[in-house]
Amino acid sequence: MDFFHTIIAILESTIRVSVPLIFAALAGLFTERAGVFDIGLEGKMLGAAFAAGAVAAVTGSVMMGLLAAILISVLLSLVHGYASITQRGSQIVSGVAINFIVAGSTVILGEAWFRQGGRTPALSGDARFQTVTFPFADAVRDVPILGPVYSDLLSGHFILTYVAFLLVPFSWWVLYRTRFGLRLRAVGENPGAVDTAGISVIWLRYRAVICCGILCGFAGAYLSLAMSAGFVKGMTAGKGYIALAALIFAKWRPLNIMLACLLFGFLDALAIRLQGNPLPLIGQVPVQLMQALPYILTVILLAGFIGKAIPPKAGGIPYVKER
Amino acid sequence: MSDIAIELRGIDKSFGLVHANKNINLTVRKGTIHGIIGENGAGKSTLMSILYGFYQADRGDIVIDGNTVTIKDPNAAIANGIGMVHQHFMLVENFTVLENVMLGAEDSQILNTSISKARVELKRLEKEYALEVNPDALIEELPVGLQQRVEILKALYRKADILILDEPTGVLTPPEADHLFRILGQLKDQGKTIIFITHKLREIMAITDEVSVMRRGEMVATRKTRETSVEELAELMVGRRVLLRVEKGAANPGDVKLAVENLTVRDGRGVTMVDNVSFNLRAGEIVGIAGVAGNGQSELLEAISGIRKAVSGKVLLNGQPIDVTAHVDPRELRDRGLAHVPEDRHHVGLVLKFEEAENGILGYHHDKRYLNGVFLNTKAIQADAEEKIKKYDIRPPNARLKTANFSGGNQQKIVLAREMERGPDVLIIGQPTRGVDVGAIEFIHKRIIEMRDQGKAVLLVSVELDEIRALSDRIIVMFAGRVVGERDPDATEGELGLLMAGVEGRKEAAE
Repeated sequence: MDFFHTIIAILESTIRVSVPLIFAALAGLFTERAGVFDIGLEGKMLGAAFAAGAVAAVTGSVMMGLLAAILISVLLSLVHGYASITQRGSQIVSGVAINFIVAGSTVILGEAWFRQGGRTPALSGDARFQTVTFPFADAVRDVPILGPVYSDLLSGHFILTYVAFLLVPFSWWVLYRTRFGLRLRAVGENPGAVDTAGISVIWLRYRAVICCGILCGFAGAYLSLAMSAGFVKGMTAGKGYIALAALIFAKWRPLNIMLACLLFGFLDALAIRLQGNPLPLIGQVPVQLMQALPYILTVILLAGFIGKAIPPKAGGIPYVKER
Repeated sequence: MSDIAIELRGIDKSFGLVHANKNINLTVRKGTIHGIIGENGAGKSTLMSILYGFYQADRGDIVIDGNTVTIKDPNAAIANGIGMVHQHFMLVENFTVLENVMLGAEDSQILNTSISKARVELKRLEKEYALEVNPDALIEELPVGLQQRVEILKALYRKADILILDEPTGVLTPPEADHLFRILGQLKDQGKTIIFITHKLREIMAITDEVSVMRRGEMVATRKTRETSVEELAELMVGRRVLLRVEKGAANPGDVKLAVENLTVRDGRGVTMVDNVSFNLRAGEIVGIAGVAGNGQSELLEAISGIRKAVSGKVLLNGQPIDVTAHVDPRELRDRGLAHVPEDRHHVGLVLKFEEAENGILGYHHDKRYLNGVFLNTKAIQADAEEKIKKYDIRPPNARLKTANFSGGNQQKIVLAREMERGPDVLIIGQPTRGVDVGAIEFIHKRIIEMRDQGKAVLLVSVELDEIRALSDRIIVMFAGRVVGERDPDATEGELGLLMAGVEGRKEAAE
């Protein structure tokens, strides 16, 4: 049973580390499907995490923290939107700029406001998300197999975790079953078709970018209000890029995104678990190699195993009316 | 005035220094097909874009059904009953026909209800106008003719009474074009008004009731189609008489200069684009390769001229083999007497940021007479450019001007001058007059015939069937990468059209 418990523990932490990836990758899904590439997921998430940590610390309210995270993230999204939709600038440059600005300014502001070396004060009680325990979780824990699955794997996560997983089918529904989704997918493929159909390309893309901001806000808030108790500088640690890799890996489809994020989360959880423990047959594996695995995997799989990942056709290209 | 569908009064539009539309007046009667003809850049598309709300006119009024309207965006155009079929289809390729038709005209936030409504309406439209198309087919899987039909359905779905078609036949085979004309006739009979934009005189004569001619941003004339003639319209378009038939004597074919044997070429995706093609090209003759764009003509030219590797086959230039399956040095081909005027002059033929004189020697810049040791001999290059400018009537006559600032026709003349003036044995020309105005077309055609009469072998590829028929001494038709027939230049258009459509292989393209 020890082995079984190890598995449960690894899967449990897989879910825990997958959540921000799912939020961020779904965020990227919305903008990229609308034809605005966003390499700034990382920066938005980091900005949101900082805003959440700072506001929750000051107000003592986790909800205020969450709202602040969403607000900041949406604002950053709008900056990206203004640069790449209205001003038709390079989406890559704009995204990278956001990443750098946020990485620097969160530390400066954090130090100026809280003087804890770029951290925000540690959160407790109402200033932090609490875990949700399912009914009878304790009672059924001893039931073989199903007990631990229910009590340890499914129960006992943060509310945001359940939100993230519910957002997967919800995003699918929005993209494939609503008018907004149809138009959003169309604008990422052929903005000309949308424009000639009498729909504003610009407004549609801005709405997509705002969706992205909201979701990145959730991702950031999860990092500083749920997974940790406060903001630590650079706490996203490349999760925005992994989410981007998951997005490409998933060929811009919601369900695939969840699976890709879980896979990357699993590798991450495994890496933490294996730290210091030698692998059978292989022996000691440097932790850096495990951390690099998601990226290596993306490259290898994209290079031939999952077929061609075809991005939205108008992705990355600002829309200019003919002539 | 109830029989007037649309009236434009004094429409004026400038883009910076370019005066695209000058005081345009136009009256289109209800239930007619009204042609608008003009050379490229005459302002036809700008005018229609104003009508469809893409641009705002600087001055002038649009009157629809007797009411002056403001069309500030395509939405307003749709609301006023105007529909447009664009030259480049405005379709989402990985959406179904149904999704494309209802995009922007969905009647609820949730798609399911919209889809079922659209399906019913589409069925009705299909029946009413005989426009069958499978509503669940993906656009990218449909042939071009059907994609265009979807565009028409899109407009009808939005209850358009006035349908604008911008150069609709450019991408169609002749049978597909004929089918389109029948559809348009039917729409007219049902009371729709159709504005038909083209630069092809033949089409104007074939289907329009009235025709308006545009020239350099002005509306120069409106005629009843049956009271005018191709010659008159051509003259109005250009502003002077042009020779539509090219004067040429009988060919005097000599030795085989270029022999292509069993050539097979694949594109980057591994799709066979040229399939076991063989033909001979003799000195003193022009061989035209006809075909709808995308049937392997481009790849054939690229393989012969050393731009693309062939998979198998042989090419003999002056009896000596060219190793087309390996990397061929284009410079070596030039030295051996092969000149190439590429189809895509912007990307392959010219460096648009270079000065005219620099483009005039591109590819021949190793030539001793342009060099001073390892340096370029700018004086010689300049003199050479000026000579060509004179001989080819390149305007403006300024060898130092950036090539991007020349018009399409003059850019083409720069390429032609460069390739023809070397006196090659074999001249390969792709789309000699694409995007070239009528005046320059005449000049270019004359030069090509001259090359032939000097005993050069000319291989001509063009998607303009009229051009192929006017210039060629023999016509080879390509379809799906194969040579499907060889005809004399006096073969009828219908006969060539059927060959180009590959009637054997693809029934739907020919229906």
